[in-house]
Amino acid sequence: MKIFVCIKQVPDTETKIKISPDQTGIDTAGIKWVMNPYDEYAVEEANKLRDANPGSQVWVLSAGPKARVVESLRTALAMGADEAIVINGEGLDNFSTAKALAEVIKAEGGMKIIFTGKLAIDDNASSVSQMMAEFLNIPHTTVVSKFAFNGENVTVERDVEGGAKEVVQMMTPAVVGANKGLNMPRYASLPGIMKAKKKVIKEIEFASLNIPATDIKVKYSGMTLPAEKPAVKMLSGDSSAQAAELVKLLRDEAKVL
Amino acid sequence: MGKVLVFAEQTNGKLKRSSIELLQAAAKSGNTVVAVTFGSHAGDVTAAIGHNGASEVHVVKDASLDSYNPESYTANMVAIVNKVQPSIILSSASSTGKDLFPRVAARLNTGVASDCTQLTINGDNVTAVKPMYSGKAFATVNFENSPIKIVLMRANQLPVEAADTSKTANVVENTNSATDLKTLIKEIVKGASEKLDLTEANIIVSGGRGLKEAANFKVLNDLADVLGATVGATRAVVDAGWVGHGMQVGQTGKTVAPSLYIAVGISGAIQHLAGMGSSKVIVAINSDANAPIFQKATYGIVGDALEIVPKLTEEFKKALHH
Ligand SMILES: Cc1cc2nc3c(=O)[nH]c(=O)nc-3n(C[C@H](O)[C@H](O)[C@H](O)COP(=O)(O)OP(=O)(O)OC[C@H]3O[C@@H](n4cnc5c(N)ncnc54)[C@H](O)[C@@H]3O)c2cc1C
Ligand SMILES: Cc1cc2nc3c(=O)[nH]c(=O)nc-3n(C[C@H](O)[C@H](O)[C@H](O)COP(=O)(O)OP(=O)(O)OC[C@H]3O[C@@H](n4cnc5c(N)ncnc54)[C@H](O)[C@@H]3O)c2cc1C
Repeated sequence: MKIFVCIKQVPDTETKIKISPDQTGIDTAGIKWVMNPYDEYAVEEANKLRDANPGSQVWVLSAGPKARVVESLRTALAMGADEAIVINGEGLDNFSTAKALAEVIKAEGGMKIIFTGKLAIDDNASSVSQMMAEFLNIPHTTVVSKFAFNGENVTVERDVEGGAKEVVQMMTPAVVGANKGLNMPRYASLPGIMKAKKKVIKEIEFASLNIPATDIKVKYSGMTLPAEKPAVKMLSGDSSAQAAELVKLLRDEAKVL
Repeated sequence: MGKVLVFAEQTNGKLKRSSIELLQAAAKSGNTVVAVTFGSHAGDVTAAIGHNGASEVHVVKDASLDSYNPESYTANMVAIVNKVQPSIILSSASSTGKDLFPRVAARLNTGVASDCTQLTINGDNVTAVKPMYSGKAFATVNFENSPIKIVLMRANQLPVEAADTSKTANVVENTNSATDLKTLIKEIVKGASEKLDLTEANIIVSGGRGLKEAANFKVLNDLADVLGATVGATRAVVDAGWVGHGMQVGQTGKTVAPSLYIAVGISGAIQHLAGMGSSKVIVAINSDANAPIFQKATYGIVGDALEIVPKLTEEFKKALHH
């Protein structure tokens, strides 16, 4: 069976963010890029599923500027994925990205299970898996921390508010959005890295997918850095005095009580 | 002026505060406010929906909608959208809202702005601001090619005023329009906590490795009880097994936006800040005066958490019971 994993390349959390002069995005010079952390869980679960089902293959896909997003695809290959596809293009939103991923997956055929992350830590939108499922007309579940496949259906656990969990069964093909807790992602092995370097990554131009320009639905503008925080007010005295002062400040100054 | 459709969420027949925020914001915009709510408890919240600004509320009182199912909710939401023809849809960025509306948007061939913290409605136009890069930047989201603009707001971002009990909403009953489901909700495992979820909480008391051991979370629970707060934690203590991972705040945990975040024994690693950095007021309690958390905090206390937190609990008890 074919197992697909969609991965997004995102700025590392530790990277310093600078705004581009036109304020529609970030200045990408000097950014350290990594695989979206939730997508690591997605790749790992796909690999485990493949290993448990001989004859299966893991296909990883990423959409974005080819020159850099292939790095994350190589990482996924080094973690054990079998094949990789890059959808090359610039400046798209969640809707058009989901459309592009769905089109490519459809064209490849034979999809059974598609893993994604529950969200990408840059746009923080958590929308691509659901939109892609809709474009493929198949079920989806996001925020998944437990996954099982019985050859026909998948059963997953979805984390919801207040520590509650929903046990959800879906007919395949289905889209599964991975949350932390699903597994422990394996590290790329040295032989894996060597093998990944030699792999041919299939390239698809976004422009060849016939997705209309009207499929871009949201654009960002006026991007700014957060306002400087005023310096912290350190409290003094013994612990009783500090406690009393804090309560007073929260009530009278910050007015949050 | 057009129509704003608000997805009204409820827990056991009580309208969520986050939905009240949206209803009131929609009403203030001068648009006609229509609400939609699902499940056997739908009838219980229609009065409250009216009191908070909607003139019409669509209900689908089918028990199969008591728990969220992406396919059945999408089908019903889209059917009601087609009937109501709103120009704007508002929902909370709750676990249901975030899961449902991207799918609805794809079906309606329209855009969705997720996880927003500011909302401006001007006639049929909406702009929303959302944090990006874990709160290290903020962007204005502009809709293009979107016949309906869908905005998902984080909880606790908009003001709530007293409800006007003289106002009522016209209730419209709808039949369940979902068929041929490929998704089945087999079971709902209740969470351990009866408290508000971290993503909805207005006050959060959060603990890190500075608490030394799992048992010491009791001092945080006591403080949270007095404040009506929800307890959160760092990844370090979740990974150590002291608390469940539903309590983790941060990049790989929950993104929270309370009015007050009390960080106890937390160093302030960037991945933790990613989840709580946009809290309005941050209190840090840490024995190390150089802990990075103090750079983010509004108020700081250098000292031993186990000594200070119980004292705080006492002080809050006194202050809040007057
Ligand atoms: C042709 C093309 C060009 C693009 N150019 C750029 C660019 O120049 N700069 C840039 O930063 N982004 C670019 N993108 C990516 C696009 O902007 C984002 O992927 C999109 O906005 C979705 O992000 P999100 O944060 O909403 O994802 P979320 O919905 O939060 O992500 C959830 C999950 O969806 C999957 N996913 C999300 N995005 C992608 C992706 N791009 N590829 C594979 N899987 C994905 C992942 O599994 C992820 O964990 C491009 C995309 C396409 C198709
Ligand atoms: C990919 C990735 C994702 C991550 N995601 C998250 C995430 O989502 N959430 C998250 O929290 N972390 C996350 N982390 C981990 C993060 O980097 C930190 O390791 C973690 O936040 C540290 O937790 P801590 O502050 O409890 O512990 P520590 O860093 O050990 O800090 C403990 C603090 O307690 C103080 N202390 C000690 N004794 C006392 C006392 N008696 N009284 C008061 N203070 C005391 C110390 O001075 C210290 O500052 C992630 C890391 C990675 C690599």
